[in-house]
This record gives sequence, C-alpha cells and structure tokens, in this order.
Amino acid sequence: MTAGLRIESLTKEFVPGRPVLDGVDVAVGPGEFVCVVGASGSGKSTLLSLIAGLTRPTSGRVLLDGHEVLGPGPDRGLVFQTASLYPWRTVARNVAFGLEALGVPRAVRQERVAWLLDEVGLGHLAGALPGRLSGGQQQRVSIARALACAPRVLLLDEPFGALDVQTKEDMQVFIRQVWQDVATDPAGDAPVTAPLTSPAGPERRSTVVMVTHDVEEAVFLGRRVLVLSSDPGRISQDIDIDLPEPRTLEIKRSPAFLEIKAAVEDLVRAEHRAHQARLAS
Amino acid sequence: MVTTSSTQGGAVAPPTAVPRPSAAPPARVRLLTTTVPARTAWILRAVSILGPLAAWWALSAAGAVDPAFLPSPAAVWTAGIDMARSGELPSDLLASLGRIGAGFGLAVLISVPVGFAMGTLGWAQPLLEPAIGILRYLPASAFIPLLIIWLGIGEPSKIALLVLGVVFFNTLMTADAVRQVPHRLLEVSATLGAGRWRVATHVVLPHALPGVIDAMRVNAAAAWNFVVVAELVAATSGLGYRITRAQRFLQTDRIFAILVLIGVIGLTIDVALRLLRGRVGRWAR
Repeated sequence: MTAGLRIESLTKEFVPGRPVLDGVDVAVGPGEFVCVVGASGSGKSTLLSLIAGLTRPTSGRVLLDGHEVLGPGPDRGLVFQTASLYPWRTVARNVAFGLEALGVPRAVRQERVAWLLDEVGLGHLAGALPGRLSGGQQQRVSIARALACAPRVLLLDEPFGALDVQTKEDMQVFIRQVWQDVATDPAGDAPVTAPLTSPAGPERRSTVVMVTHDVEEAVFLGRRVLVLSSDPGRISQDIDIDLPEPRTLEIKRSPAFLEIKAAVEDLVRAEHRAHQARLAS
Repeated sequence: MVTTSSTQGGAVAPPTAVPRPSAAPPARVRLLTTTVPARTAWILRAVSILGPLAAWWALSAAGAVDPAFLPSPAAVWTAGIDMARSGELPSDLLASLGRIGAGFGLAVLISVPVGFAMGTLGWAQPLLEPAIGILRYLPASAFIPLLIIWLGIGEPSKIALLVLGVVFFNTLMTADAVRQVPHRLLEVSATLGAGRWRVATHVVLPHALPGVIDAMRVNAAAAWNFVVVAELVAATSGLGYRITRAQRFLQTDRIFAILVLIGVIGLTIDVALRLLRGRVGRWAR
C-alpha cells in the first residue's frame, strides 16, 4: 500500500473516441502541495472531479492510500471557483455542515468551527449569512468548510480565479499559511474528531492538489507543478519548484522565481499553440 | 474623421479650440425599465385602490345606473353589516375557509412531495411530466358534473374540485423550484459526506422552500376561485352559495358585499403567504 494519492493510467472520454484525459499517471505524497496548470480545455477540472469521485473514469483509476476512489467523500475536500456556500446557513453553520453529516457531537463541532474560523480570520463573521461576505471571504469559508472534515486531500479548482488581483494575492498567502498551520489527516489514520492543531508538523500537513490557469500562482504556491497537455490529455511536465520556504510575496520578484515562471509559461504556451493548430487543421 | 486629421496634423488646431457646435450630440438610447421615487409609488398604490372606488361612488351617486344593478357603496356596506349581524356571513365564511383548508391542504400534501421527486429523481420527471402536462390543461370546472356523479353533492366533490384545480400546477411549479438548486451545491454536499437523504432535507429543501411557497401563493389564488365556483354550482353553505341566494331575490347589494369580502380574504391569504416567504427566504433577497 502506498500512502497518498495515486492516479493510474486515468482516461476520461465525454465523447467516445475523444479523450479529455488520456492515460494520466501521477503520484502525490502526503503533505505535498501540487499545482496543475494547463491551457483551457486541457481537462484540469476533469482531473480534479475524477479525484473527488464526482465523475467516473472511462478507464484507469484513482487510489487514495491504496483504496480505489469510487465516489465523493469527506476525505477529499473540494473547493470550486465560485463559492458554493449554503446561502441560508450562517458562516459557522456552513463550516459545520460536513461535521453534522459525519455525526460529530455538537460540542466538538462548535469547538472546531470556532477554531477554523479564527484560523481563516473570520471569527467575527461567524453569525453572518454568506450573501454579506466579499468574494475572498466566501472562499475562506469554503476552504474552512472543506478542512473541517479533516480531509486527506484538499482539492482546489481555480479557487481564486474569480477574485480581483489584490484579493487573489492575499488568498495565495492565506492558503499557504493554512497548509503550514492546519493539521488535517494526510495519512488517513486519525479519527475525524482529532484536533486540527496549529502549527502542523510537516507529517500532518494537508495534501493539496490545486488546479489553476495562472502560471505565476502555480509556481508561487506549488512545491511541484504539473503541466497538463491537451492532445492527448496527459501530464507533459512534472516540475519540482525549488524556492525557499516559507514563501512570501517578495519571492515573486526574485530572479529564480521569474526564471521558473517563464519556463513554465513557455511550456503552457507551446501546448496551447499546438492545441490551436490541431483544432484548425 | 475631420477632427482627428486636423488635430493630428498639428498645423492649424490651436490649444483653445472648442468643439464645433455643428457636431452631432452623443447618441442617447433609453433603457426599457424605469423607476419612480418611493413617495410616488405610494401615491400610485393609493390611486390604484381609491380610484375605482371613487368611480363607483360617483357613478351610483349621479344616479346614472339603476341601483338594482349597481348599488351604492353605502348600500353595500349596510347589506354587509346586516349579513354579518344575522350570523349568515360568518358561518358561510367559515364553510368556505374550511373547504379551502381541506382542499388546498390536500393538494399541497400531494403536489410538494411529487414535485420534489420530479425535480430530483431522474426517472420521476419523464414518468410524470407528460401526464401532468396534459391534465393541467383540462379545466377543473369542467369536471364538476363528473365529480358530482362520482362523489355526490356533499363536501368530497368540492374538495376534489379544489385538488384537481391546484395539484397539477403546484406539482410542476414545485419541481421547477427544486430544479433551481445549483448542481455545484449538490456536488459540494456530497464531498462533505452528506448522503442523498441528508442532501434532500438539508440542502434541496431549504434552497427550494422560498420557491415552493411562491408556487403555493400563486395556486392559493386559484384554489380560492375554485371554492366559490364549487359553491355556486351545488352547496348549502359558503360564500358562493350566499351569492346564488342573493341572486334569487335580486339583492345586488348583498352580492357586492360578498364579492368585496371574497376579495379581502383572497388578499389576506396572499399577504400571509408573502410574509411567510419573506421570513423563510430572507437569505434569497
């Protein structure tokens, strides 16, 4: 049994004969922060949806700690680009939703929700309805809600894609901090009620798989960046991002960062051009 | 074209040049929707109610129409008070309200679960929609003779008419409200560990509830119409029955009084459901 996430020759066709993903192989170890970039239409979101179990693969499989993923579940928390909060529930009750479904006792639930809201900086808005929150705040709630169930993997589908540039940077720093701080359950052996301590040791950090079309974001956040090509839908590059930790926004101006970013951008651009050329022919 | 070339040419255009008055003014296209200030809106609301009332009063006061056809507001008021004092009106009102309570209540009890199933379960929609789509175009009033043959002239045929008149529309409208729940919300709920039953009760139901109440509000108006229709045809009590009685003695003032009461009750039901929707759906605004 291998700990972490394993994707084995994963293929997905929505239209027969035209695979969006075509034999994707990748392994993500516990506590990794992986970003997936690719041109639009490269099946990034489909990959995430397959890991979440919301879509079934045409062939191949997704394994979490050696067990095949057959459907969605709270061990793989998912955050979409547009916050999908329950508009009639307060912020605190949104975060509590998964814990309620898991049957976690009220006292534990309240303690964890309060702790998480503090961690994401929204303690003062616990009683507010989501409609009153800004886009960035809503995404913080979505992330807290996914983390509340102590997932083994946190799946982020362009979570900051709809935010303005300044908020987006704030959120990038924020998600890095969360990854540092919040001990979820990457090994999958703790009871769901185990405290999400802060700061988390490297062995209890959440495993994050984040999809984005923003190369700068991917290089800044990811310790590893996967470039997805569109025809065929495969991982064309697997790049370790060797930048100093913890990452601060200043890194974005360092020559090392700019160099990696330019290289990845070239790769994505080449993929995009090739895809356009194939579409035209 | 002319302006750009002259300024870019730079040879003639002085810095103090003013736009030439002969230039066409900027285009101006009006938006379709308009708004009025809150004060004006309230004045218009008052006119909406008081205008027709004033016209009625003026028409009867001028003596232009025979009072046997169009009684004056004062006469209608007196007739209403008379009927209320004699106890006829309260007992008829209760009879009608009892029928709408039973008939509309039954229709809601049937249509909300069925509509919920249609909006959520893949097989329920193709199984039920064609049949309901046809049935709702059959006018419920046309079933009155059949219902009387089947169920007699007692309460069951009246309640059945109400159910028939409301249940199909309310089912389809409930299904629509249920389908409005964003797919993303259902997916996210599953990734948070909520099973189908939990999603139905904790996600779909609260999200659809304001829409379901809206559907009920629309159909309550239809139900209130059907009560009176049922009572006009065959009844020994109720507001509709009281109208047929008054007709026999040419008591137009009484008919008017009952019509006003029917309108007021209908409005009350509407306002009550509106308030309920406002409370339940505070998040939706």
